[in-house]
Amino acid sequence: MSATLENIVNQPYKHGFVTNIETDVAPKGLNTDTIRMISAKKKEPEWLLEFRLKSYEAWLKMEEPGWQNVHHPKIDFQAISYYAAPKQKPKLKSMDEVDPELLRTFEKLGVPLHERMALAGVAVDVIFDSVSVATTYKHKLAEVGIIFCSMSEAVTDHPELIQKYLGTVIPPSDNFYAALNSAVFTDGSFCYIPKGVKCPMDLSTYFRINTEESGQFERTLIIAEEGASVSYLEGCTAPAFSSNQLHAAVVELVALDNADIKYSTVQNWYAGDENGIGGIYNFVTKRGLAKGVNSRISWTQVETGSAITWKYPSCVLLGDNSVGEFYSVAVTNHYQQADTGTKMIHIGKNTRSTIVSKGISAGHSNNSYRGLVKVAASATGARNYSQCDSMLVGQQSGAHTFPYIQVANSSSQIEHEASTSKIGEDQLFYFAQRGIDAETAVSMIINGFCKDVFQQLPMEFAVEATALLSFKLEGSVG
Amino acid sequence: MILKNSKILLEVCDLRATVNGTEILKGLNLTVRSGEIHAIMGPNGSGKSTFSKILAGHSAYEITGGTVLLEGKNLLDLAPEERARAGIFLAFQYPIEIPGVVNSQFLRLTYNTVQTHRGHEELDPLEFDDFVREKMKLLEMNPDFLERSVNEGFSGGEKKRNEILQMAILDPRLAILDETDSGLDIDALRIVANGVNQLANENNATILVTHYQRLLNYIVPDYVHVMEAGRIIKTGGKELAFELETRGYDWVGIEHDTAARATA
Repeated sequence: MSATLENIVNQPYKHGFVTNIETDVAPKGLNTDTIRMISAKKKEPEWLLEFRLKSYEAWLKMEEPGWQNVHHPKIDFQAISYYAAPKQKPKLKSMDEVDPELLRTFEKLGVPLHERMALAGVAVDVIFDSVSVATTYKHKLAEVGIIFCSMSEAVTDHPELIQKYLGTVIPPSDNFYAALNSAVFTDGSFCYIPKGVKCPMDLSTYFRINTEESGQFERTLIIAEEGASVSYLEGCTAPAFSSNQLHAAVVELVALDNADIKYSTVQNWYAGDENGIGGIYNFVTKRGLAKGVNSRISWTQVETGSAITWKYPSCVLLGDNSVGEFYSVAVTNHYQQADTGTKMIHIGKNTRSTIVSKGISAGHSNNSYRGLVKVAASATGARNYSQCDSMLVGQQSGAHTFPYIQVANSSSQIEHEASTSKIGEDQLFYFAQRGIDAETAVSMIINGFCKDVFQQLPMEFAVEATALLSFKLEGSVG
Repeated sequence: MILKNSKILLEVCDLRATVNGTEILKGLNLTVRSGEIHAIMGPNGSGKSTFSKILAGHSAYEITGGTVLLEGKNLLDLAPEERARAGIFLAFQYPIEIPGVVNSQFLRLTYNTVQTHRGHEELDPLEFDDFVREKMKLLEMNPDFLERSVNEGFSGGEKKRNEILQMAILDPRLAILDETDSGLDIDALRIVANGVNQLANENNATILVTHYQRLLNYIVPDYVHVMEAGRIIKTGGKELAFELETRGYDWVGIEHDTAARATA
């Protein structure tokens, strides 16, 4: 029966192809000239170049974090190319001008870029290596005042918003990888929902790394003004290379009074092969600032890819009565390592947070939940509920939980529940005795285990996530 | 009921099996015909539960000799799920908990899987709901069971009832009830036994594996077998169970040994 579980987990990665496209790749290495080059290529204003250079200064003084429960050879930051872009016409007037090779790539990935064939009701910004290649439904959204475009365009067209918010939730000096990103970020998505507007469709960014020796450093910024709401989706894939690529993104969310931002991720970067060769280092800083009263920031993530995942989508609950949520499923297989979780920082009164984390470890992988619940003295009446469940598949995998709780007042309530379970031979035999084969049984058990998280995902994502998980875990029980 | 000319459902011939190199079944013979109820009794460690699991295809045991035919087909060639689809049902001594999987979904999946295999139509969730609620009445089960995770947090009695509910839904050819009476209070025992009796008919057969005669007050067997050290050493009618209840198991073994010596 172990053979069945093995096969269930060990399905090949579908998105591992490379697009053959002429790419403009910067020479490897990082110094102030590299940063000036990126800034010049993007025709950036002086203040942004300043921001980058200051970030670089800060980064030089910082050390890579060493506290996470993952292991990898030291990264040579001089061996990475910090800019890679498909060669194309300088300014695209319509989707018809996008390189057909790119269109084919994204169609193959299930992200058609022509609006007429696009996913119904989802606007997509597509990032290929370092640049945004297309944004759909931009004009339709503009009719209700929503700005949805690439970060580069936002810098040119809406500099006042970028200058006002960039780096306010995650300052460049926040951590090593955030500083690096702040110095060299190349593109990303920008989204602004004006006062009182409920975004009529889901917004989405699709990230694709294509170049072997480049890193991807994208930057996403989402602002929801008073009473605004938006649901945002993020997807990512990369070709299968035997080397490791660094992906160090920064995502900042700002929710003002009564605003609501829901951010969902299905992360399926290349995870390396069954011996742990290759794969993405996914070192990402994501944080939402629930700045206004009654605001809400909700993170949902399904993490299935990457050789190493290091990310803690967090909420700073500044406004009174604001709400933070974190729903996570992290699946690791073979030699994957994940150290992921969240931080809920309660500052405003009566702030509430919910953490639901489900970790599934198969093969020789290691899966850690790391979470901080911090309640400041000012956050009277704050409440947190955390639930961390781990599931082990097979004999060689590891599950770890590192919860940190710091409470500085006496009127707050914190609850933490944790469990560890195992898909056992006994469960599979029970299913089999009722006529159900092992693959169906595993997918039923896993989906049952992840149910609380999947039901937070927008419909089309939930279907994708469910399929991805059964696919990912095919053959691993035993 | 013992029927004239009824066909053979299960034929076990000189079955031998080991677990981790230790022989547990040492030449077991048993024939079960349609319509019959067989009780297999015997002391702890005699191999009764092992025999049930082997019939269901548990991978922990290695078959080292003998044959098992279900309606003339070699059962030992089939994977556990194929045996279940062919009509073998095992009511577990310790039903397994499956957190997160809703009972109603599980029951419907197992029903539809087996139905499809038999060439019947599947039921959609609404049709199945009507169907399963009817079956639950038989076992006096609260419909709330449908919304709970499979066996999770069920009491011992609730788990056993859930097993018989599955049996009622799947309508097996051969049901093997492994110590179904253990952990049941007298009311639950009556309900479970009543369910089993109602499900028994001339086209199926039941094997009851049990320690105690108690269950046999409610489900009357056609045959009682005594198992010891991996084989059946005595077979009789329902009165054998009463004799075992008063005299214990030892005398059967002594009698068997004496008879064996006499033949040798």
